[in-house]
Formats: sequence, C-alpha cells, structure tokens
Amino acid sequence: MSQAANNQILTTDGIPLKVSLKKAERKNKIRAFTLVLPLLLFILITFVFPIFNMLARSVDDKQINTVFPKTFEIYKKWDQSDLPSEEMYATLFNEVITADGRQIGKASTRMNYSKSGWKSLIKKSKRQFKKIKEGPYKEKMIAIDKRWANIEYWKALGQMVDPYTMGYYLNAVDLTYDSNKKIIQQPEKRRIYNSTWWLTFEVSVLVTLFCLILGYPISYLLATLPLKFSNLLMICVLLPFWTSLLVRTVSWIVILMQKGIFNSILVWAGIIADENRMQLIYNKTGTLIAMTQILLPFMVLPLYSVMKTISPTYMRAALNLGAQPMHAFYKIYMPQTIPGISAGGLLVFVLAIGYFITPELVGGSEGLLIGHFIAYHLKTTLNWGLCSALGAILLAVMLVLYWAYNKIVGIENIKLG
Amino acid sequence: MALPTYTTTGQRIGYYGFLFYCGLVFFFLIAPIFIIIPLSFNQSPFFGFTPEMLRLEPEAFSLRWYRQMLGICREDDIITTVCTNKWMLGTVNSFIIGLSATFLATTLGTMAALGLSRPNMPFKGLIMAVLISPMIVPLIITAAGIFFFYAKFGLVGTYTGLILAHTALGTPFVVITVTATLTGFDTNLTRASASLGANQLKTFFKVIMPLILPGVISGALFAFITSFDEVVVVLFLGSVDQITIPRQMWAGIRQEISPVILCMATCLVALSITLLTTVELLRRRSERLRGIKLRN
Repeated sequence: MSQAANNQILTTDGIPLKVSLKKAERKNKIRAFTLVLPLLLFILITFVFPIFNMLARSVDDKQINTVFPKTFEIYKKWDQSDLPSEEMYATLFNEVITADGRQIGKASTRMNYSKSGWKSLIKKSKRQFKKIKEGPYKEKMIAIDKRWANIEYWKALGQMVDPYTMGYYLNAVDLTYDSNKKIIQQPEKRRIYNSTWWLTFEVSVLVTLFCLILGYPISYLLATLPLKFSNLLMICVLLPFWTSLLVRTVSWIVILMQKGIFNSILVWAGIIADENRMQLIYNKTGTLIAMTQILLPFMVLPLYSVMKTISPTYMRAALNLGAQPMHAFYKIYMPQTIPGISAGGLLVFVLAIGYFITPELVGGSEGLLIGHFIAYHLKTTLNWGLCSALGAILLAVMLVLYWAYNKIVGIENIKLG
Repeated sequence: MALPTYTTTGQRIGYYGFLFYCGLVFFFLIAPIFIIIPLSFNQSPFFGFTPEMLRLEPEAFSLRWYRQMLGICREDDIITTVCTNKWMLGTVNSFIIGLSATFLATTLGTMAALGLSRPNMPFKGLIMAVLISPMIVPLIITAAGIFFFYAKFGLVGTYTGLILAHTALGTPFVVITVTATLTGFDTNLTRASASLGANQLKTFFKVIMPLILPGVISGALFAFITSFDEVVVVLFLGSVDQITIPRQMWAGIRQEISPVILCMATCLVALSITLLTTVELLRRRSERLRGIKLRN
C-alpha cells in the first residue's frame, strides 16, 4: 500500500482505497441481489401481480365499454329526462346485432347487476332483432319488448359509461346505485354482506379471545416448567400445528355431530336425554370450537417465546415485597407479556378473518363467513367484480393488521416450530 | 415446578386448579387428533364408537375401510359400498405436486435467504415483505387472484399451474427458516474457504450448505406440508380429475361421508408425527452445531 501526495490511501493497483471499497461494496450488493432476484421475480409474477390484477378487476368496467362504445358515446349527451332519441336506439341495435355472442353475454350480465331484467331483455331482443331490417328502430324495439320504453333501464346504463366503477365495492357493503346514480341501500332481501362482515368480525374476535383464555395459562406453564417436561408438552402444541387442517376438521365433525362422541358421552352420563342431543355443529358454535382448536397453536407459540424471556426474579421480588400472588401477577408479570398477547392475538385474528375451509365444512348455513361469498362469486355466480371487491376489502383489513403486527413485533420475527 | 413449603392451602388449591385447567386445554388440543385413530378401525359404517367397540370385541374392529382406501373393493361378506381408487389417485397427485413444489420452493427460497442474509443487501425490509406475502394473504384471496391470472394463460386445471401456485405458497417458510439458521452464521468461514482457494460454488456446497442444512430441510418440510395440506387453491385451480388427498377429504366430508376419510386422516396424523419428529431433531442438531461454534 502506498500513500499519495494528497494523503489518499491507494490500493496496490493505484486506485484510491475508497473507490476500490465502494466498488467491492457495489459488487457485493449486486451479488446479494442476484441471489434474491429469481425468487423475487417468481413471487412478483405469480403472486403479487395476480393480486394487483384482482384489485384492478374490482373497479374494472372496460368490457362493456368495448361492446357498446358508440351507444355510450351518445349516452353521455342524453339528458335523462325523457326516453332516448332514435339515434341511441339505432346505435344500440347495431351494436347488439354485430357484437360477438360471448361478449354480449358478458356485457348483459354486467347490465343485469345494475338493473335486473337487462340480461333477459338483451337475450330476447337479440333473437328478435334479426327480423328488423330497417328503422325506425325505436318503435320496433318497443314493439318487441315493452321494457325498451322503460326509462329506468336506460338510466341504469349510466353507471357503466365510465370504464371504472365503484359499484362492486358498494355492493360488497350492501349499497348500490339507484337509477340516478345516487348511492342507496340495497333492497332488504339483498342485504347479505354487512351481516356477513359483522359475523366474520365477531367470529374472529371470539376465536381470538378464546385462544387467549386457553393459550395464556398453558404458555405460562410451558415457559415455567423444567425443560424436559415442557419439551414433552410442547409436542401437544406442535402436533396440531403439523396436522392437516382437514384432519382436524373431520375430527371435530366426528366429535360434535348429533350422534357424535361428545353428545354420546353426555347422554351416557345422564346429563342430557337421548332425544334432545345438542346441535353443536353446522352452526356458529361448531365454527367457534373448531377454529379455536385449530388456531390455538398460533397463540401459544408467540406467547411462549415472550414468556420464556421473562426472568422469574421480578415475580419473586414482588412477592418478597409483600404483594399477593394474584396482584403481583397482574401488576408485574402480565404487563411484560403484552407483546406476546398482541402478537399472538393479531396472528390468530388475521388467520381467522380469512378462514375458508373450516367454517365452510362445520359452519352450516348460518356460519358462513366472508370467504364463502368470495368463493361463491368466483365459482358459482361468476360475478368476478364483486368477488374481487370483497377480496380487496378483506385484503385491506389484513394489510392494516399486519402493518400493526410489524410495528409491534416485526414481520421477520415470525417463528415457526 | 415443586411448590415451596411455605405456600398456603389456598395457594395450593389454586395451583392444582391451574394445573387441572392446563391439562384440560392440552386435552382439547390433542384429543381430537387421536380420537379418529380407533374410529378408523370401525367395522360398521358409522362415525362413532359402537357398543361392541367399547367392549373391545375383536369383531367390531376391521381393516375394511383401509382396504377401500387402497382401492381393494372385493368384499365377500358385507354389503358393498361405493368403492373407487380416488384416494390412491389423490395420494399420487399430492406427492407429485408436493414434491415438485417443495423442490422449487427450497431452491428458490434458500438462494433468496442467502442473499437476504448478506450484510449489504439493499431494500432488505421491502423485499422480505414481498417474499413473505404469500403466507400473509388469506388463501381464498390468493386462490381468486391466481385463478383470474391463470385463466388468461390457460394454466387453470394443469399440474404446472398447481405446482407454481404451491411453490409460491411454500417459499415464505423456506425463506424464514433458512434466514433464521443463517443468523449467527460465521461469515469468516466463507472467507477462510475463499482464502484457501475454493470458488463460490465449492464454498457453498462444502462449507455453507452442511451448516445450514438443518434449516433448509425444515424449510423444505414446511413447504411440503403446506402443499400437501392445501385445498383452497386446488379446489379453484384444479380440474375435476386433479384429485389430491385434501381435496378428496373435502369432497368426502361434503358428499359421501364414509369412514374411509378417517383412515386417510389416520395416515395423515402418522405423517405429521413423522414430520414433527424430524423437524424437532433437526432443530436440536442445528442448535448443537451452533453451540459448538460458540464454544470455540
């Protein structure tokens, strides 16, 4: 190593040390990044992008705009006070006639979301339209179906003129647009989501609470017992963690059903009569019991790892200073376990709120959580916009909770096993 | 934890009450898993203990449902029940998907963990958050998102699609476990290896890999069990004949409830006990390895 006149330290090849170090640093950075890159790209492409794509879908209204571009162009000029002009009827007529069958099917499904009846109207009209060779279209269309003269149908189109819509989000919280594009409540019989959101929230809170009530004492026991006993008992916590979710759900069905083990024991013990066995499954009770057992390890593991670090000397000191054991526990021990309580609580809550399998299998019709409706719209009704909007709201709730989790414990401190 | 001699009677009662309560909670955790094992040997097609079973009469127990699970349908003496080899098909599919996804997840995850553990990794927090996200997002949302995306590329109903989706779900576990093993990894070892003339690749396989192997294997096991136990994504992305074990159990619970489910459940419990034991042993080995390092 040589020293230059201006006091700069140089490496053997004459480059200033600082520059050389910086270069090495950059090379290391690139090397580290190259290692991470394959997985990062993989997750971005196969996971993050699809999720964002879904979020985009929840506000997307482009499809119908590609089917009826000209009609919507004219629609924007319509004053909505009286039936539209002959020009609009003619344009719509042409666009229905020329559109591809599948596209018009999709579009009419979308129209049906804003006013039911549109789908059947379009379907019926498309068949009849072939007979119409020339104008005036307005009268001939009304002759085919009187609904063409109903201004409400035309007004309902107004929601779709923009390529983006908030309609699905409104639907996801039991709101909708009326024909004048004002936000109103859904009709009574179609209000299902708010109650489902509340039920999901309620079940998650209760499960979290039960997990805390059951998990706190055993975490304490595990943290204070000598290692050889606690290792053995730890298996009782870890085995359910490793056992298939479906296996545990099946066992709860076996235990809780009307002719199941739990009821049979009660009958055998004479606590209840054979004819009034309790209905413990296919309702909310079943969901709560099964989910509590399934999620309990996620409460115990964070609690345990926090309690393990609490020195027993504090409690001893408190007792030594004359505190009652309960008082000492409440004042000294419990505050130190708050990080564990919040970590475990958040983890359980977050997992519970997105649960699908267990509520679906043991919840019956009254225990359906929001996951059910996401699946239902994905696979059965094919209302993918609403499906995405429900998913997006759920995702937003999760992200807020995880942000809180990150603030409290740090996301990289998640421990497994 | 023996009680000190000066405890009062009240405290004693409280302590034993506490132990009793803990016992109940442990029972609540573990009993549902073991209760299905004897039931799977039931002779009758019920989901409960028959009086004969409780009297431990040998005729009340049989391997009948296990035979059905294996696809052996010839039964001479008893009423015939619907018999398919769907369970075996499911097992094969589960292993194909699980093992491929595990291989991909472990390779990608280990590499990423190595990169993330380097001291000069840029945007570490952000990248970690992205990599862990598949574990955080509820499965139902993941399934919906991937379904829309795959629909565009015709990947719905293909093995490739399922394997890729399960790989994404499994990688966070590999990243977390391997990163955890790498904390406290002595970087001087790689420097020593480099100064002795080994190239990067050789250093990795001869020095780094043996030390982080326990973490890699536990990560792989986590990834495997994630894929093996996963049903939501399979339900939405899989075609009708892409049956996996959890999917067949799902169908079994919803439609044709039969004790064969309990047989499969028993097998899965056995599998989970094996995996848990392996992971525990690996964890201890890893701790021991690191313990030795600290003593030096």
